Amino acid sequence: MKEFGGSAFFIDRDDINTDEIIPAKYLTEITKRALQPHLLEDLFLDGKEFDTEAEEFQQASVLVTRSNFGCGSSREHAVWALEVNDINVVIGESFARIFRQNMFNCGILAVELSKADIDQLFSLTGDGAIKIGIELDRDTVVAENDKGERVECSFSMNPFDKELVAAGGWLAYADQKY
Amino acid sequence: MGQTIAEKIFAAHLRDTPTPENMVLDIDVIMCHEITTPIAIMDLVDKGMDRVIDQSLIKAVIDHVTPAKDSKTATQAKIMRDWAKRHKIKDFFDVGRNGVCHALFPEKGFIRPGNTVIMGDSHTCTHGAFGAFAAGVGTTDLEVGILKGVCAFRKPQSMKVEVLGSLPTGVYAKDVILKIIKQLTVNGATDMVMEFCGPVVEQMNMSARMTLCNMSVEAGATSGLCLPDKVTAEYLWPFIQDEYASLEEATEDFSKWHSDPDAEYAETLTIDVSDLRPQVTYNYKPDKVKDIDELVGEKIDQVYIGSCTNGRIEDIRIAASILRGRTVADSVRGILTPATPAIYSQALDEGLIKIFMDAGFCVLNPTCGACLGMSSGVLAEGESCASTTNRNFNGRMGKGGMVHLMSPLSAAAAAVTGEITDPAQFIN
Ligand code: SF4
Repeated sequence: MKEFGGSAFFIDRDDINTDEIIPAKYLTEITKRALQPHLLEDLFLDGKEFDTEAEEFQQASVLVTRSNFGCGSSREHAVWALEVNDINVVIGESFARIFRQNMFNCGILAVELSKADIDQLFSLTGDGAIKIGIELDRDTVVAENDKGERVECSFSMNPFDKELVAAGGWLAYADQKY
Repeated sequence: MGQTIAEKIFAAHLRDTPTPENMVLDIDVIMCHEITTPIAIMDLVDKGMDRVIDQSLIKAVIDHVTPAKDSKTATQAKIMRDWAKRHKIKDFFDVGRNGVCHALFPEKGFIRPGNTVIMGDSHTCTHGAFGAFAAGVGTTDLEVGILKGVCAFRKPQSMKVEVLGSLPTGVYAKDVILKIIKQLTVNGATDMVMEFCGPVVEQMNMSARMTLCNMSVEAGATSGLCLPDKVTAEYLWPFIQDEYASLEEATEDFSKWHSDPDAEYAETLTIDVSDLRPQVTYNYKPDKVKDIDELVGEKIDQVYIGSCTNGRIEDIRIAASILRGRTVADSVRGILTPATPAIYSQALDEGLIKIFMDAGFCVLNPTCGACLGMSSGVLAEGESCASTTNRNFNGRMGKGGMVHLMSPLSAAAAAVTGEITDPAQFIN
């Protein structure tokens, strides 16, 4: 199976909606690639515009966030905007249903952890980079910062969603089975 | 043990149970619009899978930006149009016949009690008003729906939302659902089906029930639902009169979808609306809701009456009741978008369009328009809009704009004064 993980980027906010992940004005694009420069373009954090140019963000393959990530519009563009930026894992306390399903349907991961575990991951943040790996066979998230501090948390993932990831997404799965 | 309506619909459509918690359902109605469908079509074409399981299941419309505003939106429309033609999709609605999907499709009688409905649009839950399981999905789910006629969902959990009392004058379904979202918060109903019931819901017409179900996704719900009854049968009568001998017979048949008395609910919420005040959102989340009294005096630059939440004839009549003989404040831009051509035409016949125009409103063709900030009334930075739509996210109607969600009556009151206003002063 595909490997999931890499450099992590942390966004300390609840309820990030899909309008913030990819604004409606880009929904007229008909290729996924075209979404690449616009990921999280309209996000506000603590009243300030989010810096999409930040190096750690540009290099991230994992996003760690709080609760109800991906709420609002059903646009799968939100997932594609992550994908074309090489982000294949989002870790949060909870996700909006459609967003969560869109992630698994595309064969990438929405990992739910408890608030306490998310807090632990946030406690690793400091100046340096943080690497996060997802071990799907052990249902475990392994995170490590550059000081060598390590956090391991276990998650439970819906077995069907796991099957979708293994199949490479819902279209491939459904095409075989139905 | 008894079943909820959602459980009954799932059982009647079950194709596969890949795990005990996951169910693959046969889908009765697959709805498509030009924002999320073209990319599905292109992907299917790319993969050599440009097929349609059964064209009669597909209902397609160009509604979000229509008529096209630029080359990109024109291309999206063209992809849909060509696809509909290629696959002989009969129920395809283009310029002149098109309107906001969640207002147009019910009006055509496409949704029946007990149906399963999907669309690449989060407000698909609106159709739950007919006692259907209707859920918004992403593009991949839509592709699989188009190709295979199925969609996967988790086993349904239901939340019973009982609305008690009676609605005070000037207070509507929009105020009720805003109040409910405030109580539940934006993820209070995630992964649940909200089943609206109680005397207030029973007395609501289909338009009001659609408003209620429309915003269930704003509390995170998979779908909203109302139990199909005589009101549902009356609305659908022109489409079902060949199937039933009488309204009573249809009503009786619909009742097979009602939740059993001993059905189990994951949660129950009871709300008495007898003293409910008009509700208005502030800030950038739909659960940021206050009684209108706390927001009176907030300046408004634009008023938008339309959308799948409140762009139906009943909504236009309600707003017109205040606008009749009055004009919009000099500082306000008023925009009315009847949600479908039939609604527009009805509003013309009733003289309502004239009332809006005399008041100084701009009347647009049926479209989603400003609701999602893509055309026809985008806000500038720092501007506020009193809007009958369903989302107030930051940037939703234009970057840096503030959207105050409210009922058509409250929006009309704001249009007249240029600020958030208790509509009570204009009624009686
Ligand atoms: S009116 Fe607004 S909420 Fe409704 S379908 Fe159109 S864009 Fe979506």
